[in-house]
Amino acid sequence: MRAGKRPAAGRKRGTEIAVEALIRALGFSTVALVALIFVFLLREGMPAFFTISPGNLFSTAWYPTFGFFGTLPLILGSLIVTVAAVIIALPLGVATAVFVREVAPQWMREILKPLIEVLAGIPSVVLGFFGMTMIAPFVRQILGAPTGLTAFTGALVLAYMSLPTIISVAEDALDAVPKSYRDAGLAMGATKWQTIWRVVVPAARSGILTAVMLGTGRAIGETMAVMMVTGNAARMPIGLSALFKPVRTMTATIAAEMGEVARGGIHYRTLFAIGIILFIITFLINLAAATAIFQKRRQGGLR
Amino acid sequence: MVRNESVRVDGMKSSPPASRVWVLAVIAVLTACGGKPGTQSAAASGSPVDPARGSPGRSVVTIQNTGSDTLVNLALAWAEAYMGIHPEVRLSVTGGGSGTGIASLINGTIQIANASREMSRDEIATAAKNGIAPVRFTVALDGIAVVVNPENPVQGLTIRQISDIYTNKLLNWNQVGGDDRPIVLLSRESNSGTYVYFLERVVRLGSSKGKELFSAETLLMPSSEGISVEVMQNPNAIGYDGLGYVTPHQKVVAVAEETGDRYVLPSAPTVLDGSYPIARPLFMYTAGEPAGAVKEYLEWIQTEGQSLVKDLGFVPFERGEQ
Repeated sequence: MRAGKRPAAGRKRGTEIAVEALIRALGFSTVALVALIFVFLLREGMPAFFTISPGNLFSTAWYPTFGFFGTLPLILGSLIVTVAAVIIALPLGVATAVFVREVAPQWMREILKPLIEVLAGIPSVVLGFFGMTMIAPFVRQILGAPTGLTAFTGALVLAYMSLPTIISVAEDALDAVPKSYRDAGLAMGATKWQTIWRVVVPAARSGILTAVMLGTGRAIGETMAVMMVTGNAARMPIGLSALFKPVRTMTATIAAEMGEVARGGIHYRTLFAIGIILFIITFLINLAAATAIFQKRRQGGLR
Repeated sequence: MVRNESVRVDGMKSSPPASRVWVLAVIAVLTACGGKPGTQSAAASGSPVDPARGSPGRSVVTIQNTGSDTLVNLALAWAEAYMGIHPEVRLSVTGGGSGTGIASLINGTIQIANASREMSRDEIATAAKNGIAPVRFTVALDGIAVVVNPENPVQGLTIRQISDIYTNKLLNWNQVGGDDRPIVLLSRESNSGTYVYFLERVVRLGSSKGKELFSAETLLMPSSEGISVEVMQNPNAIGYDGLGYVTPHQKVVAVAEETGDRYVLPSAPTVLDGSYPIARPLFMYTAGEPAGAVKEYLEWIQTEGQSLVKDLGFVPFERGEQ
């Protein structure tokens, strides 16, 4: 009997090793792909930092066909649209998550959750077209801006697009708060609202922060909708009034111009350089999120 | 304008067996890895076409035709009509802009590039480096219409006024005889042939030494559609685009060369007799002197094909013949 069993066990170990090797290879390939993309980005984009003088590259004039490669309006354009979008989306997203998780009855939750996920599936082109034909005239007529294609319009569309991410991640964070916290709060004589606002939300703080960071990442990388509604004027967005004027973002610039540049030319390299800048900004955001979460953990918070 | 990006993902979703999904995923990853600059062009020329050998017998000849968005509808109409008469020729027409077409011609992936501007010195030099001597064919004429919202009372503008508007020297419509409204500038993207032509002809007043640029406040729209939607909705807007793209929801402004000159609306006759000042020829470029099917196609475009030009809002280029 023993002799009969051994080969079977041996065979099993063999397939196990094979499966393990396969999984390991697949796991590493993901990391390798990211590394390769980064290497590609660097190889295509780095020459721009050497061939274009820094004074030109970080000036305020973006006329790539005429040798002016000032990326400053594009960087600031991306930042103003993203920050505004997050400011709009944060209260909406967290409030929705709190409502779905803590307030809404079971049957309503079952309707709301899939609906929110459907929201994530709307193609950005569709939202962009909606923004261009519906939101832009609204912004122009109600707010009195000369044109409706403004940073604010872009922020509205982006806020809408990052909402599903923020809601579902924040909801998961609220879900992870143990029931005992709520019970304790209620037992102490707190009302339901006090329990939610003073106990549950603070306990899920780091998860909510992650939600906001992921939403920011979604917003800063979005291209199509932004290109359609922000007007794409490469002006310097300075001051609060810039929110109601057109801007040009980094992603829209890459998307609009990449198709038509001569491969290997300065303009082509500069677009990749913008890609590197975008990569660095996104990386810093993720790093900030990770650090925040790590600190919270060490302080003994949840998640 | 809208480039479809999600085709592959959709294809993967629709195959239920898990094993097949895996295989597809691996293929997708492999092809994604291979997407280096050089290999893309190799893939595009997977169906190699030898124009010189284009024997109009039984083998089907494929001609790739890419470039100017201004020309794309006309090029499609030509291709459809021509394939109706010559079933042995397959024409594939795509847009993307004059720059895209010329770049593809230089890379050797297409046979005919559509361009709404002449090739730049840099582009000709790059082509020469690749051993390609581009040959230019004029295929039609185009007038660039200056458009405003139908509510805007302004009837005519001089070239100088349009230039001052686009360089932000004039900021309000009441400075050119309109209502008290701010002016919102619309333009095509900076690598559109229409943009380059408009800059040189209008913003720089036709002088090749001009240094003027579009104001940084100019909204660069990724498509003609973007311009027409914004002009239709916004009474503050001014835009420009090829005559073939003007819709009834936009108001075309008459243009005069200088103050005191006659204001002329763009139309086929005024473009052809040269009285409308903002008009240009449209080109097709081939890599070297064309032969075989490509040559026959271009000859057809320049003769019989001209009858289609008017239907699409452009102007036939021939003056002498008919």
